[in-house]
Amino acid sequence: MTLSFTENRKPKTENPKIKLRIFLTGVGGQGTLLASRVLGEAALEAGFSPLVSETHGMAQRGGIVVSTVVLGEVKSPIISPGEADVLLGFEALETFRALDRCHARSLVIANTAAIPPYPVATGQAQYPPVSHLLQLMGEHVGGLLAFDAGDRARQAGSALAVNMVLLGALAATACLPFSQEDLLHILRTRTNPKFLEANLNAFQAGVDAAQDSQNWVRRPASWH
Amino acid sequence: MSELLTGQPGERRLFLGNEAIVRGALEAGVALVTTYPGTPASEIGDRCYEISRQSDLYFEYSVNEKVALEVAAGAAASGWRSLCSMKHVGLNVAADTLMTLAYVGVKAGMVIVSADDPSLFSSQNEQDNRFYAKMAGLPMLEPASPQEAKEMARAAFALSEELQLPVLLRTTTRVNHTRGAVTLGELAPHPGPGFFSKEPFQKVMVPAVARQAHARLLEAQARAAALSETSAFNKICGKGTWGIATSGVSSNYVEDAVAELGLQDRVQVLKLGFTHPLPVNLILKFLAPLERVLVVEELEPYLEEGLRAIAQAQGLTLPVQGKGQALFSRLYEYHPALVRRVTARYFALTDKAAEPLEPAQILGQPLPDRPPNLCPGCPHRAMYYSVKIALKDLGVEGVFPTDIGCYTLGLLPPLSMADFLICMGSSINTAAGISKATDQKVVAFIGDSTFFHSGLPGLVNAVHQGHDFLLVILDNGTTAMTGHQPHPGVTLTPPGYPCEHVPLKRVVQALGVEKLWVVNPFKYQEALAATKEAVNATGVRVLIAEAPCPLHVHRLQGRKSRARFRVTDKCQDCRHCLDYFGCPAMQLSDKLEGGRMLIDTDLCSGCAFCVQWCEAIRPVKARGK
Repeated sequence: MTLSFTENRKPKTENPKIKLRIFLTGVGGQGTLLASRVLGEAALEAGFSPLVSETHGMAQRGGIVVSTVVLGEVKSPIISPGEADVLLGFEALETFRALDRCHARSLVIANTAAIPPYPVATGQAQYPPVSHLLQLMGEHVGGLLAFDAGDRARQAGSALAVNMVLLGALAATACLPFSQEDLLHILRTRTNPKFLEANLNAFQAGVDAAQDSQNWVRRPASWH
Repeated sequence: MSELLTGQPGERRLFLGNEAIVRGALEAGVALVTTYPGTPASEIGDRCYEISRQSDLYFEYSVNEKVALEVAAGAAASGWRSLCSMKHVGLNVAADTLMTLAYVGVKAGMVIVSADDPSLFSSQNEQDNRFYAKMAGLPMLEPASPQEAKEMARAAFALSEELQLPVLLRTTTRVNHTRGAVTLGELAPHPGPGFFSKEPFQKVMVPAVARQAHARLLEAQARAAALSETSAFNKICGKGTWGIATSGVSSNYVEDAVAELGLQDRVQVLKLGFTHPLPVNLILKFLAPLERVLVVEELEPYLEEGLRAIAQAQGLTLPVQGKGQALFSRLYEYHPALVRRVTARYFALTDKAAEPLEPAQILGQPLPDRPPNLCPGCPHRAMYYSVKIALKDLGVEGVFPTDIGCYTLGLLPPLSMADFLICMGSSINTAAGISKATDQKVVAFIGDSTFFHSGLPGLVNAVHQGHDFLLVILDNGTTAMTGHQPHPGVTLTPPGYPCEHVPLKRVVQALGVEKLWVVNPFKYQEALAATKEAVNATGVRVLIAEAPCPLHVHRLQGRKSRARFRVTDKCQDCRHCLDYFGCPAMQLSDKLEGGRMLIDTDLCSGCAFCVQWCEAIRPVKARGK
């Protein structure tokens, strides 16, 4: 469960004895499943035997969509409360809700954009201020990178590419046991060519966001 | 070309458990696949549909699971390897067939996939279908991972042929919907035309034949038990005097728990993949040296009871425990930390558990929920609205038996249009019972796909018995909830979909329904007037609300309405739209202060329904284009 934030290079033949559990959460339509699949494919090409678990069915009608990517010395495809090393959050409230998957050393990458759930949109419940959510998150996890991924995606030319922005940010934190290039290779070979340019731009926008120190609410202790 | 048809033997691919099952079946030379879509099994059918367009595979979305199982049984009796997949409750629909198909047997291999749903992610119950294998007397395999799903699907065909019995491949959601590395094997060629060899005194289940067939089934079960003893899917690993018995997805949690608790030298693990019949001798060999055994299995104590019975018969008195207080629950899906915690407790060890953060506690208040909702522009919401208003205008309170599909989300406020639901097709028959027992006005709802699945007999019965209720058939032209699969009534089909269209309206008329209305639910005044007439009439009445699922239209035709609507200054803030309609695009401008209504133009689908009953809502003038 220990994470290295140093620049890891992939071992094509021999995997180090690592365990990495990534929890992705968002709202139906945000592209969490594609993001988890890209991570899984990249891990597979890097010689791992990843497990990617998905939510299908009823939950997708405007509800919460979660997926998990685990790799290394783990057989279980799902992540228990308190056992996610990385939380990739596509929506602010859902990221906060998924804190129950995190522990004190987890790295959280959070899209600060809010999608109000229906009870909030109709005045029956309140959406806590995003700044407050971020502040609380920062106090409880090992690292928090937070920025408006929707905004970055729009600037990169595709409002729908939030998933690519977040993948770029994740890749730039270097907590993955494979490289940015491995992920880009999957994007180039496995995703719809029609959206490739926009996706690559969005990915790079995420890399840039992770390199902007202002976006780090809390730096992981071992970050350098 | 489907990625399940490409790839060299030995290559590793990241497949969903459901895709791995399809690949395994293709490697076994499956020639016919049938299904009725249902989560978590749906992708098996969807991939096979795609493959059937690109190869000799015959595939059909059958009208229900019983039909699907019988089509597959006919093919298997004729020498074609066949596969039939369904969700767990689908096997209830097909259970009549299953029980006697076990007597009839098969010629070519036949595999029945039952996808169980612990935690009820998208089901009406969490029944444990392993008991079907026991009740029918059929062999059963339970994969733990996508790789095993592929291997077992492939092996199941050979096993089926060896025993001349269909084989149950029982999965759970977490196996169906996990992607994992799968090593490909060789694809098998299509077998060519089959042939049905007549053996009426073996295959026609009249009592005299069935008596013999039952005896044959018991003999086959004995042979199956022998195969279970030596199956590579059943194994004992580790050493020590403690034991853990497990199967299916739980075996992954056990493997992680054993490693994380450092129990490799203290515990023996019996991992079972061939779980009916149980391998009695292997289990005795496992139990003999042990002091105590923990059984780790989701849902019912199937293995636990099996192991205990085997131990008892041999006079073994060691504790064999699984379900109970301080142990495992019969409820819901398990997860790795849970299995580790209970394992540690059972063997009196300490578990160095991570301490999960508690979001609500950190925030100091509960987080707002995010319930699923019918999409903006959904025709079901429009029809529900007309029924609500019709009943309100008539001063009548309705009772709403409902059915299974997206429209079941009508349960949630503000629609609140669902009062009673059991299973597929239950809306019509429970409506009959409620209307008989009460003086209440009964309006039942059923979707088009569900109506073809199991609504027909109920409607015939209602006509014949002279029941008194209104049935609204919400006809969105597809099986939307499970991913837009076609059914006999569809007009909007995927390119090249070769099937005959069976018009819903003519079917309803042919069943003897005389009071029938067909409306477009997006034409408010028409829909409202027809609904009022239909509510006021007596006897069996049917109202068909015909409008395609907008997601389906968009997917097939790439068409999306460009119209958008907004709330003007005329809005009196009456909140009728929130209280009666509840489209996700309708929101309050200042959520904290409870401000004015607005329509989120990013979410608005342009269906132009609300504009017909609210004067304050007007079109947004198109800019450019």
